[in-house]
Amino acid sequence: MTDRFETHEHDVLIIGAGGAGLRAAIEAMAQGARVGVVCKSLLGKAHTVMAEGGIAAAMANVDTADDWRTHFRDTMRGGKFLNNWRMAQLHAQESPERVKELEHWGALFDRTQDGNILQRAFGGHTYKRLCHVGDRTGLEMIRTLQDRGVQMGFDVFMECTILRLLTVGGRIAGAFGYWRETGRFVVFKAKSVVMATGGIGKAWKVTSNSWEYTGDGEALAYEAGADLLDMEFVQFHPTGMIWPPGVAGILVTEAVRGEGGILTNKSGERFMQRYDSKRMELSTRDEVARAIYTEVKEGRGSEHGGAYLDISHKPADYVKKKLPSMYHQFKDLADVDITAGPMEVGPTCHYMMGGIRVDAETARSTLPGLYACGEAAAGLHGANRLGGNSLSDLLVFGRRAGLAAAEYAKGIAQPSVDTAQIEESERGMLAPFERAEGESPYAVHRDLQEAMQDLVGIFRVEEDLKKALVELQKLRARANRVKVEGSRMFNPGWHMARDLQHMLTVAQAVTISALARKESRGAHSRIDFPKNDDTWGKQNNLIRKERGEMVLRQESTRDLPDDLQQILAEEK
Amino acid sequence: MAEATLRIFRGDQGGGTMKDYRVPVAPGMVVLDALHHVQGHQAPDLGLRWNCKAGKCGSCSAEVNGRPRLTCKTRMDSLDLTQPVEVRPMKSFPVIKDLATDVSWNYQVNKKIPPFQPREGVEWKMQQHDVDRVQEFRKCIECFLCQNVCHVLRDHDKKAEFGGPRFFVRVAGLEMHPLDGADRIPLLKDALGIGYCNITKCCTEVCPEEIHITDNAIIPLKERVVDEYYDPVLKIVKKIFSAGR
Repeated sequence: MTDRFETHEHDVLIIGAGGAGLRAAIEAMAQGARVGVVCKSLLGKAHTVMAEGGIAAAMANVDTADDWRTHFRDTMRGGKFLNNWRMAQLHAQESPERVKELEHWGALFDRTQDGNILQRAFGGHTYKRLCHVGDRTGLEMIRTLQDRGVQMGFDVFMECTILRLLTVGGRIAGAFGYWRETGRFVVFKAKSVVMATGGIGKAWKVTSNSWEYTGDGEALAYEAGADLLDMEFVQFHPTGMIWPPGVAGILVTEAVRGEGGILTNKSGERFMQRYDSKRMELSTRDEVARAIYTEVKEGRGSEHGGAYLDISHKPADYVKKKLPSMYHQFKDLADVDITAGPMEVGPTCHYMMGGIRVDAETARSTLPGLYACGEAAAGLHGANRLGGNSLSDLLVFGRRAGLAAAEYAKGIAQPSVDTAQIEESERGMLAPFERAEGESPYAVHRDLQEAMQDLVGIFRVEEDLKKALVELQKLRARANRVKVEGSRMFNPGWHMARDLQHMLTVAQAVTISALARKESRGAHSRIDFPKNDDTWGKQNNLIRKERGEMVLRQESTRDLPDDLQQILAEEK
Repeated sequence: MAEATLRIFRGDQGGGTMKDYRVPVAPGMVVLDALHHVQGHQAPDLGLRWNCKAGKCGSCSAEVNGRPRLTCKTRMDSLDLTQPVEVRPMKSFPVIKDLATDVSWNYQVNKKIPPFQPREGVEWKMQQHDVDRVQEFRKCIECFLCQNVCHVLRDHDKKAEFGGPRFFVRVAGLEMHPLDGADRIPLLKDALGIGYCNITKCCTEVCPEEIHITDNAIIPLKERVVDEYYDPVLKIVKKIFSAGR
């Protein structure tokens, strides 16, 4: 029956071609695996391309006192100690090596006087730690990885969307998807799958995320039976553009603050003084986002309801050199010259700390044969991610996932796929074409974004979260009845009909996790529980599909070993 | 609220028509916003590509009133809204549907280019001033607008013999990398056909990243090809040196 479909066979199938997916692919190929990479957009357009500020790695090129221990401690503190400590340790230890590797593959970072990789300051990092290329570090990284992968010869399936993971006897057997161009279905048989699909930000209205960020990886893994972890932790980046309306949400890199940018309110007060007088603008993202939000709420916001961010006290040439894309972004889109005056900024939905639960060493999920890395995976960042720790995360755990997925594939035969799973998925995907009546998927998406923005935003309260659950139920019912116009050829409305289902699944997971966590920690701020709670500080929220229902339970975190405990205790 | 008319190409390889859509115009709105409005309210099956909406990914290329542009960086208030705003797909690539074109040829060309190859025993130190000029080339976001306007591709369709400005920029980035040791000059002359370029600078004009494609990438590469293949004095010098080895 699978003869009906175009079919491909690989040892390791990688879903997602951002930094994590590409690094996983490179490593799996280095292990001799036959590797396929599937991505929703063209190669090189994934979200990594938009990462601006840099890659955090304790290379100590600028501040010689830096080492992995300090990076580890900063990461744990930033994550409010809910991080998987083993991931935080591996990440801090391995990042410098991963950055050097990029350089050896052709990446060109900005340089220090003595010819080494230059590092800049960033929020929550004790030392100047972010290796960067102006404010387009992600572009440099994705291009380097992409070219490396292409030269090694991976099979790339561009503009192809995965609809479901295929399993046999509770193990991975491959994936089923469609070509966006033609709408034809395609079967991927694989011994192992690496999920590297990124985040879920498109479920919110004000977001820095692209159309791709619909939580596919989290939802597909959940549907296949894998555990999700700490889904309540959604990062709102403090500085997105807010004016004009068309650009609302577009990211303004933290590097502006890293290079000395100052935040003020409408009366010119440097308000971070009142929220974090020690670190000021370079406080962690959760703190700065809450600070700006509070200033606006209490009537001290900027003209269009945000804060002013000013870097114009630095020489114009320096600003243009270190922040070229910010300079152009504001000049072209907002008629603001950032070398001459302030920008207006406000919080924007940016990053998912939660995601697929993985083993620290191997990036293995709880579903045999399924691995996850990058933003789709959870654990490293705990309750709040530090800027710069994402690009290093992609490299460190992308490599580990690729390695482990290839190892796993070596030990098993090519599994057969279950045709019933494929047929079910095909029917579901074609159903919207068959409905005579129904609303546009875009209308449902707009309402989902409004609901999540209003009810599950920066500050949360039980009443809102309960309301959100009711809304999500209604939205799900509407999503199940949408009608799609046109043909199967390159039809974004049809694609949205499906992506909507993923967004609804992750939105529900976020909301029930947020409702359960009766404390405030990192990016999760409860108005009704404004303090940290010691019991919750040692508990993860786990989500799993059981008998068709989304079930939430708590699990205790593992205690830190003495040597790591010791590092955290050191005051710096 | 003010309104504008978008006149959008709707069709596929078999042909198509220009269709009009009325959209509200908000302050600071870009053409991509207007296209999204059409998609969200009138034509959910409108085929187009986009990702970052901030000029960083190079996905949303199209021809706006005949000018090759990133639609995410083209402000509506920069256009004459008393007339319909025409949005067409890039002409040099086959249409898939509406504004989405088949750009796969570019990925094929890229595969021909030998990757970065560090010289043996190289020390991993570089000075910023040596890196600066290469970083200019590395800014490329692969929007393929330069490929779209290059007349060697657009008017003469020399896709089989010519690499196009995007890939001269890429080769320049590798050839001028301070630590690279590979030789891509024969590739430039033969497989990428750099000789076809007669430096009309159309590519430079449309580059949204403001890369000086012609002056900084193509001309220096052309000079290297000339030195290698057509300079009689250098040829003799090389002969003597290689004989002495």
